[in-house]
Amino acid sequence: MAKHIITVNKASLQETVHTGGCGECQTSCQSACKTSCTVGNQVCQK
Amino acid sequence: MNIYKFYANGLYIVLDINSGAIHVVDKMVYDIMDVFDGSNDMEVLKAFAGQYDAGELTEVLSELHQLITDKKLFTPMLEVPLTFSQEPLVKSVCLHVAHDCNLRCGYCFAGTGDFGHDRGMMSKEVAEQAIEFIIKNSGPRINSEIDFFGGEPLMNMDTVRHAVTYVRRRELETGKKFKLTLTTNGVLLNDEITQYLNDNNISLVLSLDGRQFVHDNMRPFANGQGSYDMVLKNVTKAIQSRNDQNYYLRGTFTACNLDFAADVLDMADKGCTQLSVEPVVSKDSKYALTEEHLPILFAEYDKLAEVYLERKRSGQGFDFFHFNLDINNGPCVAKRLSGCGAGHEYFAVTPEGDLYPCHQFVGREEYLLGNVADEADGVKNTVLPKKFRQTHVLTKAECRECWARYYCGGGCHANADLFNQNIEQPYKIGCELQKKRLECAIMIQAILMLESGK
Repeated sequence: MAKHIITVNKASLQETVHTGGCGECQTSCQSACKTSCTVGNQVCQK
Repeated sequence: MNIYKFYANGLYIVLDINSGAIHVVDKMVYDIMDVFDGSNDMEVLKAFAGQYDAGELTEVLSELHQLITDKKLFTPMLEVPLTFSQEPLVKSVCLHVAHDCNLRCGYCFAGTGDFGHDRGMMSKEVAEQAIEFIIKNSGPRINSEIDFFGGEPLMNMDTVRHAVTYVRRRELETGKKFKLTLTTNGVLLNDEITQYLNDNNISLVLSLDGRQFVHDNMRPFANGQGSYDMVLKNVTKAIQSRNDQNYYLRGTFTACNLDFAADVLDMADKGCTQLSVEPVVSKDSKYALTEEHLPILFAEYDKLAEVYLERKRSGQGFDFFHFNLDINNGPCVAKRLSGCGAGHEYFAVTPEGDLYPCHQFVGREEYLLGNVADEADGVKNTVLPKKFRQTHVLTKAECRECWARYYCGGGCHANADLFNQNIEQPYKIGCELQKKRLECAIMIQAILMLESGK
């Protein structure tokens, strides 16, 4: 049990380099903002 | 840059940029990360010998090395996914069904609805051609999207209704699924139209700028009278009729309301929970945001983040688009690089059927890509889509070195072009605000995870 560090998520972007790219997720600027293109708050549809 | 650290709302946070791992650390680790590079333990021990206990320093170094082993710290730069070199597939269009508007908003990038051209309505035929453009150019992709946009799309409901009927029929024939959205100023949103939009599962983006004096100042009718009373009545009724789901209440803040957190909270206090408030993008106007405004705006985001958390904890929470960061099941690297997909996956279609990289490029003639009437095999202009696809966070010099590169989509191409006359150099104020919002979002999600005990 780490005493000084808590990792709060299980993200691993590297794993998605080869598995991602299906393109089924929502377009990031299509709703809600229309003036920025944040992708971090998109959810993977897989 | 592979590591980014920041302090927010009582938390010391270390982000491993290339894996996306978020670490909440104590002050000692936070300090050590100024020196530690993954392989210089002796240097760390020496640098902090007078400040921290040697045993504790060794303990911290052991934890840090475990993270490196687990690929959650000092993860190397990511490669561009192979899928990214393939031909792009169309996934969504923004249908400009009306280049006309019943409001005269001061900051409108559409030039009060006409995008610098004649006011006009999209015909049913052009709407059908646009839908066929997606179907023919989306390959095996199942999910596509259409946003009914303007101007004000409710001024051309005949075409909206026709397009909805047409697309639902084509879904059955092709096996594709279309998510439909309509962006409206709410003026014409009566009971009958609201019911139609609900019955047809059309998401709504509803424009309201927060407090009445803020909204009325920027969003008047053509006669100069404020639109707030009518819009608030219509949009709250519509939101209630769909049980507070499947919508965003979206506002714009400007230099006239730098205290925009009050506008977000005003909308939340009206019982609306799906909120998005965006900085205006404007050059050389009295309401334009400048670099001098940034410290005030950063403090507003901090204030908003604090209240956001307080209300979540008390069961009176609301969603703020830019704080909805999915830190566990966020998008893949390909998506993070392609961003909004403007110009290669995402296109805007004008009432005449002309194709542009996105709604904000409409009217900038050097970005005209073709027309849906003759684009069965992709857009006529093959140069620009390639350029848009290859202009992403790992090919842009400033983005490649930025800690936020896998969250921001590389920023808005249209804004970059507006301020820098090219799409390679991002719009600086937009980047600064984006980074601040991300810090708030990461802090919020970290706190919510810690408090939930997961």
